[in-house]
Amino acid sequence: MFGLDKKDFRLLLLVAVLVALAPFILNPFPEGSGMAQFNAGYPDLMQRFVIFGIFAIGFNILFGLTGYLSFGHAAFLGVGSYAAIWMMKLLTMNVIPAIIVSVIVAGIFSLAVGWISLRRSGIYFSILTLAFAQMSYSLAYSVLTPITGGETGLQPKINDPRILDGALANGGTPKANLFGLEMGSSFNLDVGAWVFTFNAGYYLAGIVMLLAFYLSIRIFRSPFGMMLRAVKSNQQRLNYTGLNAKPYTLAAFVISGMYAGLAGGLMVAMDTQVGAERMFWTASGEVVLMSILGGVGTLIGPVLGAGAIKYMENILSKINSDILHTWFAFLPDGLEDFVVTLIYPFIGKGWHLTLGLIFMLVVIFLPGGLVEGGQRVARLFGRKKKSTDTPDGKTTPAE
Amino acid sequence: MEAIVLQILNGLDKGSAYALIALGLTLIFGTLGVVNFAHGALFMIGAFCAVTLSRILTLSHTVVDETQKDFLGNPLKVDVPYMMDWFGESTGAAIIDWAVPLSILFAIPVMIAIGVIMERGLIKHFYKRPHADQILVTFGLAIVLQEIIKYYYGANPIPTPAPAAFKGSFDFGAMMGFDPNTIIYPYWRIIYFAFAAVIIGAVFAFLQFTTFGMVVRAGMADRETVQLLGINIDRRFTLMFGIAAAVAGLAGVMYTPINSPNYHMGMDFLVLSFVVVVVGGMGSLPGAVAAGFLLGILESFASMREVLAVLPGLNQIIIYLVAIIILLTRPRGLMGRKGVMED
Repeated sequence: MFGLDKKDFRLLLLVAVLVALAPFILNPFPEGSGMAQFNAGYPDLMQRFVIFGIFAIGFNILFGLTGYLSFGHAAFLGVGSYAAIWMMKLLTMNVIPAIIVSVIVAGIFSLAVGWISLRRSGIYFSILTLAFAQMSYSLAYSVLTPITGGETGLQPKINDPRILDGALANGGTPKANLFGLEMGSSFNLDVGAWVFTFNAGYYLAGIVMLLAFYLSIRIFRSPFGMMLRAVKSNQQRLNYTGLNAKPYTLAAFVISGMYAGLAGGLMVAMDTQVGAERMFWTASGEVVLMSILGGVGTLIGPVLGAGAIKYMENILSKINSDILHTWFAFLPDGLEDFVVTLIYPFIGKGWHLTLGLIFMLVVIFLPGGLVEGGQRVARLFGRKKKSTDTPDGKTTPAE
Repeated sequence: MEAIVLQILNGLDKGSAYALIALGLTLIFGTLGVVNFAHGALFMIGAFCAVTLSRILTLSHTVVDETQKDFLGNPLKVDVPYMMDWFGESTGAAIIDWAVPLSILFAIPVMIAIGVIMERGLIKHFYKRPHADQILVTFGLAIVLQEIIKYYYGANPIPTPAPAAFKGSFDFGAMMGFDPNTIIYPYWRIIYFAFAAVIIGAVFAFLQFTTFGMVVRAGMADRETVQLLGINIDRRFTLMFGIAAAVAGLAGVMYTPINSPNYHMGMDFLVLSFVVVVVGGMGSLPGAVAAGFLLGILESFASMREVLAVLPGLNQIIIYLVAIIILLTRPRGLMGRKGVMED
């Protein structure tokens, strides 16, 4: 189906179902119950899941397939965002032109950066991309203020030209829409104690993510994808067979830059504002964390990683010591205080500590990320079953 | 002319910090072949060693002073540091005043211990893994270290003043034959530069003129042969990691009066120091030091008003711009050797 083999199609279908039913799946706890803070099914967070999913999928095409570790991908996301917000200011609040232009602009920018950076490999490549991203960030903050808004960033204003839109009604504020369907509009479904929110913006971003995911599967399975893997496993041998690796790596770089631009455009479509801080190098580091955490070079890994990190960022950071005390209220008083002091550094404002520790553990023990972890668990159970059937039979390795 | 001298001087203190961090990074890379993204965190921990020591020194107990009255007429409560009890009023005050320089003595063993623990506990297991894995695990470690510091010391910068004797500025212009008050330079920055020069000289002398340093240099050139000669090169390299950590830590200790330390200062410096290392040439110690000072001075020249009038924003990007140009024209950096990080 769609030019995919059975296994990939099943994966795509699974992701599609998960995206479609996310408002249900992420809201398992009834409203007002003690566990309700673990619900992630509110529009803002769900949008971030899919948008950062796109960003990580794109990054994975570069890092997962070619092995080139870019530390400057946030620059493309930022450039895409600025392009999108300018389309909204000048042309129309409809998100379609904004998203398309953000992809194109990010593509052109990544072509320029990639053309220079890809002359070097290894850590030099990482430093070059980092240098370009930090330059973009510093320029956006200082000299380019007329274009980027500097520290305040950019938002659509009432008196922007917007030549395609009609004049706003008095007192109306410009809102991002898709042919009249506002991105912020949601439909609430009350089922008993549960409230499920279906948000227009989330579903738009979800559909775009499915398309991006489908494209990345096609790239992974194509001859082009095989070439990229060859670059990763042995670039020297590739050169000796008479093939120039540069056009392939450059194409991968531009594609992943366009994915980042797409993510940036979607971000603007959801909350119609841009600030330079989304180009800062920590943002580039975050997408690296996402890909590694989920599993580099796997199809679904980056999406999982993006989801895990954004979930931790939003949910873990909300827990405070009062909530911890109510959880451990069943323990004797002294023990309760002790347990709370033990856990406290890892939650709330300290969620970065948890992130850093999990990340280190993953890099040390599970280089394949969450996906490899899942496979190991699955293999563990599979082997158990097999060994009870045939006690003496040799099990062949899964790969 | 005055302006040029002033900018060179301004560049020296930042350049010293870059050079010290880059020197440590290169030491680690040259000996162990590990790209250490946690090196900025070591710089930051060094700075917090100074904060910790000055807090320890100012530990105090409250005494009711009957001779002084507060605004309600009650006897005033005065905090008296233990140092003043133990060493008398003036000596105690002097010890507290000199907390930052004293932290050097405190920081050296602490930083060497941290470095050795880091190497034995974590980095040892990453020698055979790809460079990308080393970057990632040390990046994770840097996050963890800075979050731990943030948990104990808070997110705000902590002012840590220099000793009173070094407050104020020094009129360089008068000394060098220019008009007075044209080139004014804070004392502490001169101290910082001199300190950096001493440390850099000490590291080079240690490597050049001691037997230990000779073995380490031999190990950098050909680790396997040195091992075959029956020398335990691993142990020496571990100690070199400790020394590199101490160099970064001392750079941090002495930097506290220039910039109040906060938990993310290490990351801010790390990115620039990596650029410095790459510009100097991976694995080249003189290259790292030279590039550190060069980029520090270039940065201060780029922030001159005359330059900014022609090329606005240049001070923000000059380091990255230079790095890009150098990497494209001299792929191995200023003094890089062949065969280092070429894959």
